[in-house]
Amino acid sequence: MTKFLYSSRIAPYVFVLPFILSFLIFFAYPVYATIVMSFQEVLPGQTHFIGLANYKDLWNDRFYAALWNSTRYTFWTLVVLIPLPMVLAVFLNGKRMIWSGFFRSALFIPTLTSVVVAGTIFRLVFGQLDQAVMNQFRHLFGFHTINWLAGSTTGMLVLVVLATWRFAGINIVYFLSALQNIPDELYEAAAIDGANAWNKFRRITLPLLKPVSIYVITISIYGGYAMFTESYMLWNGNHSPNDIGLTMVGYLFREGIETNNLGFGSAVGVTLLALTMAVNVVQLKFFGLFKKEE
Amino acid sequence: MKKLVHSAWALLLVCALVLAACSSNNDGGKSAGESPAGGKNSGGSGAGTVTLTFWTFNELHQKFFESMAEKWNAANPDQKIKLEATTFPYDDNHNKLLVALQSKTGAPDMADIEISKIGNYLKGDPQLVPLNDIVEPEKANLVMSRLDNYAKDGKYYGIDYHVGAQVIYYNKEILDQAGVNADDIKTWDDYEKAGQQVLAKTGKPMTTIETTDQWSYWPLVVQHGSDFLDKDGTVKMNDQANLDVLTYLQKLVKEKVAVAAPGGFHHAEEYYGFMNGGGAASVWMPMWYMGRFTDYMPDLKGKIIIKPMPVFKEGEMRSSGMGGTGTVITNQSKNQEIAKKFLAFAKLSKEGTIEIWKQLGFDPIRSDVWEDPALKETNKFTDYFGTNLWDVLIGVRDEIAPTNIKERTPAVSDVIKTKVMFQAINDLKDPKQVLDEAAASIK
Repeated sequence: MTKFLYSSRIAPYVFVLPFILSFLIFFAYPVYATIVMSFQEVLPGQTHFIGLANYKDLWNDRFYAALWNSTRYTFWTLVVLIPLPMVLAVFLNGKRMIWSGFFRSALFIPTLTSVVVAGTIFRLVFGQLDQAVMNQFRHLFGFHTINWLAGSTTGMLVLVVLATWRFAGINIVYFLSALQNIPDELYEAAAIDGANAWNKFRRITLPLLKPVSIYVITISIYGGYAMFTESYMLWNGNHSPNDIGLTMVGYLFREGIETNNLGFGSAVGVTLLALTMAVNVVQLKFFGLFKKEE
Repeated sequence: MKKLVHSAWALLLVCALVLAACSSNNDGGKSAGESPAGGKNSGGSGAGTVTLTFWTFNELHQKFFESMAEKWNAANPDQKIKLEATTFPYDDNHNKLLVALQSKTGAPDMADIEISKIGNYLKGDPQLVPLNDIVEPEKANLVMSRLDNYAKDGKYYGIDYHVGAQVIYYNKEILDQAGVNADDIKTWDDYEKAGQQVLAKTGKPMTTIETTDQWSYWPLVVQHGSDFLDKDGTVKMNDQANLDVLTYLQKLVKEKVAVAAPGGFHHAEEYYGFMNGGGAASVWMPMWYMGRFTDYMPDLKGKIIIKPMPVFKEGEMRSSGMGGTGTVITNQSKNQEIAKKFLAFAKLSKEGTIEIWKQLGFDPIRSDVWEDPALKETNKFTDYFGTNLWDVLIGVRDEIAPTNIKERTPAVSDVIKTKVMFQAINDLKDPKQVLDEAAASIK
């Protein structure tokens, strides 16, 4: 017994056991169950296998709408939420930046707010009446009142604005931590060779930010396709007019829970998993994460 | 080294404990049936206090049941119950219950299920207790169409709070300014003409129409003799009657007699503010909407009159039963018998239904209490709408058109809320095309 306890070969397994257990119970088993359910019609007391019928039913307008919305949303969050935090982080990291501590906290605080609260506030800010904040803002420039959350384009705009407000801060923190790992000597050497600020950024900062950028892109893709709560809060439930705010997870929720069709919901979930995996694998290959470090 | 081993074991123990805590009982409340009485049949002799758990999504429903539990205990000292009621947000209540019934663990003894969700719980083998033995003895006094909504294969699974009789609320002040008499409005054509008169004289719209909910549309369809689903649950939301109604509503909007409801539906903050300021001359909603007037539109006190609905053709029904919430008993309850007795006491007995009116302001499903003097007593509703409230309801007692609530109801009501109303009223698309597309999208 003591031999077993003091064995240096067994000890590491004992230490990782908690993680392995929680992984198996809370992740691996549910994923397995979801895959099984996606081939079933799940009814209380009458669950049975129906082959690929759930996957055949997937190809309908609502699924396309959800896929299109999620993809658009992911695209726009990538376009906005990578360059903007990167540039802001470079400024915040600069030696000549005044009040950088204040700006860091100010930009990070939205990340800490609850999405439910933020969504409700944004719904009121982008309200349809003349008194809503954003409509008042339009009036300043002589534009008329619009119903922000009734159109596909403006609705998406509100979603992206909300995402930017909430997630810029966290991405800035990622980029800042990477920037602080870049040794000053590199910049000094470049300065001696006559490099200007732009060249330093282009030739030193950007390449050395690559690993963190890849990480941020990967979690942004996952986060974009997994977005649900923001849309749910903006449209006061999972019922946006003409499905302009329906996301993949919203569709899963609607089919699986709201209309009690867990088998079909599982099929949506499995498809979403496969899709995010595929997009990320392509992206990682493109940025060369799998390449051997020279 | 020894220390390390000890720490390792301690860590393992902690993890095991945490995992055990997570995986056991994650429904937040205690599971049912922890009463000392236990057993399936706790009827009779001084079994001690039985604990019943109850989930709802409406705090007023919780308060009502808690007060009924007190009354029950006063009346049945040898069979006391302890009601543990919880109010969840609307979606949470239904989702938790669905998952608990699906996974066969963690459901409460009793729960509220809103009518547009009941279809989900009737799929497959309903995991609910049939209530026929408490419903059938009372059949003669009940508005049975309200119980058929919660039935499958001849078994009743839920008991509603109210009839939900559809009525129309006119703002008498605006009608008087326009010189319109509400009693002259018999048909929807009359209504349209009156609306044009109101618009011309006061510049105000006659009514508002929901773009993200179904209450402006569904009652008219049902009174017009149709529904979204027929008796055996097949989709018929693109039939002629549906088309007539949607076309009519769109016409009102095009003539500016009606406007899209601010905020999208009649429960939006923007709408309450708009209506409270005299924004429109009327709105048709079920009886249970009275509470929204008293609580959210206080400035209209004494100005609102309640009338039966107009009809498309003479002879059609002037009301319908709209909305509702059924209280069910789950098959995981260990005290089904006593839960049934308590439910019957709270929602089927004369005393209980009178309390429903007193506390909640709902039109009770027992029609024999409508003429009871208890309903004539003053409360906040009679103060607001006047004391002849019940005359309208008694007048249309035999004209309450029933709805067909089936397994597809959640899916249909979803497509009405997200597509049909918005496309017809906001985008002004061709009603026929809208309805055909919607019907085709339901599997």
